[in-house]
Amino acid sequence: MSEAKLTSSTAAGQVESLLSVVDIKKHYQVKTGFMKPEANVKALDGVSFNLDKGKTLAVVGESGCGKSTLARVLTMIEQPTAGELRFDGQDVLGLGAEAAKVLRQKIQIIFQNPYGSLNPRKKVGTILEEPLVINTSLSKHARKQKALDMLAKVGLRPEHYDRYPHMFSGGQRQRIAIARGLMLDPQVVVADEPVSALDVSVQAQVLNLMMDLQQEMGLSYIFISHDLSVVEHIADEVMVMYLGKAVEYGSCEAIFNDPKHPYTQALLSSTPRLDPAHRREKIKLQGELPSPLNPPQGCAFHARCRYANERCAQQQPQLVNESGTQVACFAREEGRL
Amino acid sequence: MALLEVNTLSVEFGDGPNPFRAVDQVSYSVEKGEVVGIVGESGSGKSVSSLSIMGLIEYPGHVKAEGLTFDGQDLLSMPVKKRRALTGADIAMIFQEPMSSLNPCYTVEFQITEALKIHQGGSKKWRRERAIELLEQVGIPDPTSRLKAYPHQLSGGMSQRVMIAMAIACDPKLLIADEPTTALDVTIQAQIVDLLLELQREKNMGLVLITHDLALVAEAADRVIVMYAGQVVETGPAEEIFSTPRHPYTQALLRSLPESSQGKERLEALPGVVPGAFDRPKGCMLAPRCPYASERCQREVPMVSGDSLRQVRCFTPLDLQGKPAA
Repeated sequence: MSEAKLTSSTAAGQVESLLSVVDIKKHYQVKTGFMKPEANVKALDGVSFNLDKGKTLAVVGESGCGKSTLARVLTMIEQPTAGELRFDGQDVLGLGAEAAKVLRQKIQIIFQNPYGSLNPRKKVGTILEEPLVINTSLSKHARKQKALDMLAKVGLRPEHYDRYPHMFSGGQRQRIAIARGLMLDPQVVVADEPVSALDVSVQAQVLNLMMDLQQEMGLSYIFISHDLSVVEHIADEVMVMYLGKAVEYGSCEAIFNDPKHPYTQALLSSTPRLDPAHRREKIKLQGELPSPLNPPQGCAFHARCRYANERCAQQQPQLVNESGTQVACFAREEGRL
Repeated sequence: MALLEVNTLSVEFGDGPNPFRAVDQVSYSVEKGEVVGIVGESGSGKSVSSLSIMGLIEYPGHVKAEGLTFDGQDLLSMPVKKRRALTGADIAMIFQEPMSSLNPCYTVEFQITEALKIHQGGSKKWRRERAIELLEQVGIPDPTSRLKAYPHQLSGGMSQRVMIAMAIACDPKLLIADEPTTALDVTIQAQIVDLLLELQREKNMGLVLITHDLALVAEAADRVIVMYAGQVVETGPAEEIFSTPRHPYTQALLRSLPESSQGKERLEALPGVVPGAFDRPKGCMLAPRCPYASERCQREVPMVSGDSLRQVRCFTPLDLQGKPAA
């Protein structure tokens, strides 16, 4: 049904990416009150990107911008309302339950809070083997061997196999969560704020581990984060989201050296910096993220944007290619910025 | 005379022969109109030390100190009633999670005027007007209608603004902000930090900014105190701490930030974790993780050395090149 769309998106003649997402949408129906009509929340409203093997795409944005919804859709936890999701050339959404189950093994997720994502009543070994019990027919012995191998890979010791999650520190728990995500040898790992609950010195350990594993196993990461300094370090490509839409999408260098969208500029300038030489002129954003229940007409950012004009309040800007980076901004198109 | 003087403050939890020392002989001072940043990872005792200044440590916690003076008054020996009148009025605190530190059952108006009623009295009408004024000061649009709002109707940034309004309601001389922006988004964080610094300058308050975000402290604070496992490991002017750290822990913290490893493949991580209640080392707290640790570090606890402006707790403090002194 979407053949035409697909060919247009890959018409440039490139080799197809490992994971490609075209105009994906997820809308939720929510109750607004007794006897009131249901409202439509556009948590994810038309996002497209490609992810190549061994690369890291970082998704950046503030809370409520749809980052986590994107993670849920990509890992097939939720069905998108519209759009297309292709993995290794296969259309994921049109698959039957059986085929989807197989494919799901290839895209795994690491959650944000390692204190909440590990079952406190299960031993580490059981947690790690659960994906194998469900998805493979390995013997008990083989499963244990695999779990022990994985523990070694993420820097834990064999004796940790028989311990419960509460016996570990935050960093170790996140290692366990990463190990669980990798048990089925996935090709894509969606990491939803994997280090935001960790201390600085431990954060560096976990980031190093993730980068080592990426090289060793050829993983592709979708790295969801609000911490721009972490993103700058780990990402190859960056997508900046605002209220369910991508406002800027490009290579990591381009986004950090020459941010084009006013929101990206504001985000970068509000991130505190250690080195005074790296500090940018602060762009003060007024107000907060608008409610997704009642999004503003036109560009979602226009109420907080200092370059906004009447057109921004009326029409929605689309992503336009500008020297290799895609930017959705009228001010940029019209040369006002 | 310093506004706040903390002299060998310790906070212990539990009775018996081996109570847990969450804060271990911490000394520092805050001058009037000064921004002091306290940084450290979780478990370093930065929150507990500030709670003890507020008098908010309850049984089984015990606060001990050789001196804890605020504005020339000894906080520890003063009668409870007097201390209560002081805290909340002259010393105020902003807590970490704005969403959970506001009482969900009461309106914004009730919660702001409660502080005014207790410390300043006045008529109901005056308190209401003052509450509107305060909300205006902290940048809440349409303050009159917001008075009737309940905390669940406010966003995270708005809740934190209300918390700040409550804290500055009685014009405190010292404001302690415990991770005021941790739960907030980057752009909102910038707004709140700006607001705090603006209020601090305007009212010439002392501001203690407790956070784990080193970059935030680097931008906001005049002086920095670095804590690790309950101890102060280094103090000094902000620029010096960040340009030439003298304690191995400060150095390691700074190096482990992604910002410091630009262009490098790997981050320079500090191995291991902060010691917990039951695995505190005998000698220097950092010894098991420290790249420069000697045998002496494993056995003996180093004392704080250096002048009052620049202190470091290490046997072999680092020199300007970041190498340990011989």
